[in-house]
Amino acid sequence: MPTDLSRSAPPGEKTRFWNDPAKRALLFQVLLIGAILLFAGSLISNTLNNLEQRGITTGFAFLSQKAGFGIPLSLIEYNESSTYGTTFFVGLFNTLLVSVLGIIAATILGFVMGVARLSDNWLIAKLSAVYIEIFRNIPLLLQIFFWYFAVLRTLPSPRQSIEFLGSFLNIRGLSMPAPVAEGGFNLVIGAFAVGVVLTFVMSRWAHKRQDQTGQIFPTFWAGLGLLIGLPLIVFMLAGMPMHLDYPVLKGFNFRGGMTLIPELVALWLALTIYTAAFIAETVRAGILAVPNGQLEAASALGLPKVRTLRLIVIPQAMRVIIPPLTSQYLNLAKNSSLAAAVAYPDLVAVFAGTTLNQTGQAVEIMSMTMAVYLTMSILTSLFMNWYNKRMSLIER
Amino acid sequence: MIYEQQPTLPAPASTIGLVGWLRTNLFNTPKNSIATLLLIFLCYIWLTPIFDWVFFSADWVGSSRESCTSGGACWVFITQRIDQFMYGFYPADETWRLNLTFVVFVACIAWLVWPNLPKKGLVAVFTLAVFPFIAFVLLSGGYFGLEHVETHKWGGLSLTLVLAVVGIVAALPLGILLALGRRSEMPIVRAFSVAYIEIWRGVPLITVLFMASVMLPLFLPENMHFDKLLRALIGITMFQTAYMAEVIRGGLQAIPRGQYEAADALGLGYWQKMVMIILPQALKLMIPGVVNTFIALFKDTSLVLIIGLFDLLAIVQAAQNDPKWIGYATEGYVFVAFVFWIFCFGMSRYSQNLEKMLHTGHGNRA
Repeated sequence: MPTDLSRSAPPGEKTRFWNDPAKRALLFQVLLIGAILLFAGSLISNTLNNLEQRGITTGFAFLSQKAGFGIPLSLIEYNESSTYGTTFFVGLFNTLLVSVLGIIAATILGFVMGVARLSDNWLIAKLSAVYIEIFRNIPLLLQIFFWYFAVLRTLPSPRQSIEFLGSFLNIRGLSMPAPVAEGGFNLVIGAFAVGVVLTFVMSRWAHKRQDQTGQIFPTFWAGLGLLIGLPLIVFMLAGMPMHLDYPVLKGFNFRGGMTLIPELVALWLALTIYTAAFIAETVRAGILAVPNGQLEAASALGLPKVRTLRLIVIPQAMRVIIPPLTSQYLNLAKNSSLAAAVAYPDLVAVFAGTTLNQTGQAVEIMSMTMAVYLTMSILTSLFMNWYNKRMSLIER
Repeated sequence: MIYEQQPTLPAPASTIGLVGWLRTNLFNTPKNSIATLLLIFLCYIWLTPIFDWVFFSADWVGSSRESCTSGGACWVFITQRIDQFMYGFYPADETWRLNLTFVVFVACIAWLVWPNLPKKGLVAVFTLAVFPFIAFVLLSGGYFGLEHVETHKWGGLSLTLVLAVVGIVAALPLGILLALGRRSEMPIVRAFSVAYIEIWRGVPLITVLFMASVMLPLFLPENMHFDKLLRALIGITMFQTAYMAEVIRGGLQAIPRGQYEAADALGLGYWQKMVMIILPQALKLMIPGVVNTFIALFKDTSLVLIIGLFDLLAIVQAAQNDPKWIGYATEGYVFVAFVFWIFCFGMSRYSQNLEKMLHTGHGNRA
């Protein structure tokens, strides 16, 4: 590049403001703010105008009005004289219920399938690959419909229920015996609490002992004994203070016991099977990310296979697995909103659906619904980031 | 004694051929042998009836449900209604327009996908800039003597494809802008991008679609009316843009700092630096992510049935409620699942292929 030093600007001269990146950035940002304000302003004025035109009231006063519609599944007290505010919580808890059930089942199935795809047994690996490729590539909504309309809708009527172990499977759902606690059951709960504390203390002690002497204490089995065995013994000694409430066919439906409604079962099955396929791939990637040298080192030390997996492979794989696993959990929770398609009474179906239709207060209801999902997302990612940091590799 | 090379012995019979393969892959330990046998047994029990239902005792030809007598799947349900599944309620005389659009689209994509064809740049510009207008005119009509077909008559697989293609074509450039905004040094631009991305990613698509169908009319001036399909498209695009932006941000982050510094050292301006140096490299890294987003978008288009659009799934859902065909839900779902699966699996395989093809030694793989 031929340079003519005499022509370049002397050091003291000011740059034109459109050539100065800092000032250009300032101008650009001012324009952006202006555009956003203009856009938001027109949205708000349009909305207010439209609301007035249609005679829709604004504000959250509708939350204390009587709802007057029934909801087939509710974890809290709800009847037709409850308020719209209550419908919000009914929907919220139903969303949480199916999300938690789904997360537990999908994690188990996903880990099994992810490990299975790496199995040295060709048949196991291929079957798991087929499972993953099939269910990952089919829309979730279709899977929900499939379980609901093609599988559960074809079950027999309550009179011809499929009976097993005191439970009844029919088109209205799965009726199971419900455990009912009696007087002395508090003792069992107390025993369980004691078990939890003892397990905690024991694991601390075992850790210390291993650090000092190198001896390994069978923490897992001892903990299992404390957590399950101790309450069981107390339960027996207290004279089994619990009975089962069996469902009985009365008229056209079952009374007593507890019933899993088919909408919940279909949604739960579909969410589990769909998300587990994604989790399986995450798990596989995590395990493959553990360097082979780690496995070789473990076998050189003579560590048995199970202990290699538990002490060497899984802790290192978890670091890779946790961040994508978090997004899968979030996806599952958000996907539970597809409940609306099969009328499972989740937040979207009950609140953004029925309540919105009855009150017409779209702005308030949609913002409340979205705020719930946003909060859920933020809380989960905060927790998982904390966990991720705790588990992350400390390099020296 | 003179050393003579002995002829090489063949490998032991138990390690080669079918027997060897079986021994290493299926029966290498007692535990694995038991697992293999158990799985073969289970596959036999479960897969035989499924194959029987799908193929051997299924009915393929006929004109009504009376033709389904053999007890297997009734594919007559699908073959009888295939036109509706493909075109929705589009007027039967006009379906050539859908076919033509589809053929042109496939030809463009095939040209871009097929290796070693000339003038890919020109075809890409045509596909992205010219083809959408041609497609709009062809599908919607109203010009050049073509009969106008309102969007509520669009449906079936063609609607699914319109939603997916428009969604991805619109989401990619917007996503790139947002991703650049999130990495910008201007605090307000960055804050806006972060807020946009996090808000849209934090809510389910279904609430976005609800919002597009219930609230968008409230946001607009009174005399402005948006068509339902357009509202759904806006909702899907806003949602997917946020996901796309995160994928692209990942790609941008993976570019070594030196590349940015080299571009600065050359005296390139911001846009020159991005368009000529950073984005081409980042785009290559992002292929798996972008295709994953596309696959997710394609599957998510099925949600529009909740706001009353008749995509492929909705049409099948409606068809099986037809009194003439009640009780054939499974066939309908298997068919839709198969169609979606072909598209999604095809895309994921193609992206893996593309990754290998474009692999120019970046990253840490050999």
